[in-house]
Amino acid sequence: MAETDLSIFLLALLAGAIRVGTPFLFVSLGECLTEKGGRINLGLEGILVTGAMTGYAVSYLSGSPWLGVFAAGLSGLALGLVHGVICSLPRVNDIAFGIALILFGTGLAFFLGKDFIQPSAPMLPSIPLGFWSDDTRVRSALNVNVLFFIGVALAFVLHWGLRGTRWGLVLRLVGDHEDSAQALGYRAAGVRILATGVGGFLAGVGGAYLSLYYPGSWNEGLSSGQGLMAVALVIFARWQPINCLWAALLFGAAGAVGPALQAIGIGWGYYLFNAIPYVLTLAVMVITCRPDRTLSGAPGELSLNR
Amino acid sequence: MLKPWLGRAAVLALPALPTLLAMLTTAVLFILFLLIQEQPAWQAGPLVFEGAFGSMFAWENTLMRAAPLMLTALCVALPARAGLIIIGGEGALVLGGLAAAVTPLWLPALPAWPMLIAMGVAAMLAGGLWIGLSGWLRQKRGVNETIGSLLLSYIALAIFRHLVEGPLRDPNSLNKPSTPPLDSGYQIGVISDSFYVHWGLVAGVVACVLAWVFVRYSVVGFSLRIVGGNPRTPRMLGLPVDRLVLLTCVLGGAAAGLAGMYEVSAVQGSANTALISGYGTAGILVAFAARHHPLGIIVCAILLGGLEASGGLLQRRLGLPDATTLILQGILFINLLAWEALSRRTLDWRLWLRGHWIAAPSSRAGTTEVSHG
Repeated sequence: MAETDLSIFLLALLAGAIRVGTPFLFVSLGECLTEKGGRINLGLEGILVTGAMTGYAVSYLSGSPWLGVFAAGLSGLALGLVHGVICSLPRVNDIAFGIALILFGTGLAFFLGKDFIQPSAPMLPSIPLGFWSDDTRVRSALNVNVLFFIGVALAFVLHWGLRGTRWGLVLRLVGDHEDSAQALGYRAAGVRILATGVGGFLAGVGGAYLSLYYPGSWNEGLSSGQGLMAVALVIFARWQPINCLWAALLFGAAGAVGPALQAIGIGWGYYLFNAIPYVLTLAVMVITCRPDRTLSGAPGELSLNR
Repeated sequence: MLKPWLGRAAVLALPALPTLLAMLTTAVLFILFLLIQEQPAWQAGPLVFEGAFGSMFAWENTLMRAAPLMLTALCVALPARAGLIIIGGEGALVLGGLAAAVTPLWLPALPAWPMLIAMGVAAMLAGGLWIGLSGWLRQKRGVNETIGSLLLSYIALAIFRHLVEGPLRDPNSLNKPSTPPLDSGYQIGVISDSFYVHWGLVAGVVACVLAWVFVRYSVVGFSLRIVGGNPRTPRMLGLPVDRLVLLTCVLGGAAAGLAGMYEVSAVQGSANTALISGYGTAGILVAFAARHHPLGIIVCAILLGGLEASGGLLQRRLGLPDATTLILQGILFINLLAWEALSRRTLDWRLWLRGHWIAAPSSRAGTTEVSHG
């Protein structure tokens, strides 16, 4: 009995790592891109919620969940561009502006999303990788959403793009040393605005995953701080897109501990187990950060380091 | 010839210019937003004012909300003096409220005053320790305080929910899990029957004034200005940077914890999840709107309290969703920060005004020369 319990628990953990980790993956890739350009966007949390609402609403109105995902990305792009443009003004603190964007994004989503709490929108499809098994639990655990594979591919594309393309090099130059980029004739502000915008797009897609796949509904308690944890996750991943993938899976697994324990009948401390991702994030930051030196791999212009 | 006193008035008013412009653009954008939504935008503006300051009842409602905002804003503004952006006030508030709620359960029966003081101390200790931990992590471990304090806030909320719905739950609270209700002797009343606002308002104002005296006139406050200005200078001067940063965090956290104590003993009567109502988050906005000036916080907290108080009226009269005030806050915050870009210009304009307007060229030739140079 105990052995089956353990295997069910591990299976739920694995499934959760992918299921809960996918939005982490998208948001952290977006944040990674933004931070490579030398800015921090805490507002991804607000973008995530706006994206979730937009994706759900468009999917419901148009009948196509993929159109919803795209619209969610566009809403994220718009908010990301706002962040990028306003933070390019002198004396505007990007961290403080991110907090403002959280307020605005959630307010916007709650305001416009009131009418979409009740109706049910068409969901994103998933690929049944567990077709070989007779066990329904294995089958449901191995139902993996298409967006996860897109996210994995994206991590590798970004990894290559940041190293091997002109665009990637310019972005990293702007993020590492603004003056040299300027000396070469690149305008730092423009590059950063673009990076923040694209980062916002990815966070919007992550939000659409929340409302259109897992948990798979739109309500006001949908996000639990994934957008903010992504900032810590990127630090953990040392600003490497492929590391973001592993980190997102780890955080997904941490977030799945609570539900996985419930699956085997342990209801005690539900809230405490749900806080594991936060504790993990904090622990990771305590272990990796040092007060006397900046982290290896950190973009030089990042306000975290100053 | 323009009068010098006019110039002096302009110099004094200039720092407020970005804030005024931000409020103006906020109003315009908010009305535009409602018009796009085909909502009755022209009625909303006056209603916000009516719901916030239109009657005695509105004022009481506003001030009741402003009281915790003043205290949670201090939780942002004091660390900001040392250059930290702390956003975890919500966690300090709920832990402070919880500490206040359980103090009478764990102490022997005491008269009202000693017990209230014990509750206040417990709340301030809980909040101060929690935010102090963020500051300690930053100074000793290099953990970014913004993210650290927010994560700690999430953890605090989880601990709070776990304790209130589990070990500390009053078995008689069926629908709304709560700690056992406070003895009526330990509940804090209103200031007077004709002014129906609890004493937390007085505590908030006093705390802000004390904070102002502290940062403006004390030696520690002066050292803080050096610490917040530049990371290297204070070390060269041999200032105890770590201790100063920790002090602001602990004091700020204590203020937020005290807000939780008043919410428990003057509003809720016990610790329950109604404590998690966003006062910590709104306090961030108040502190930034006041540019971390403790006296400015009093004004901004009243304005924002009014904004939140008017939400109910917007809901009842116009049928607008309760998220309307959240949007309004978001637009306001965005504009306040964006117009901050102007503040360097206003500094230049101030200098120009000083040189050309106040100091007449004939009598103060020397100073005009300097300001030209």
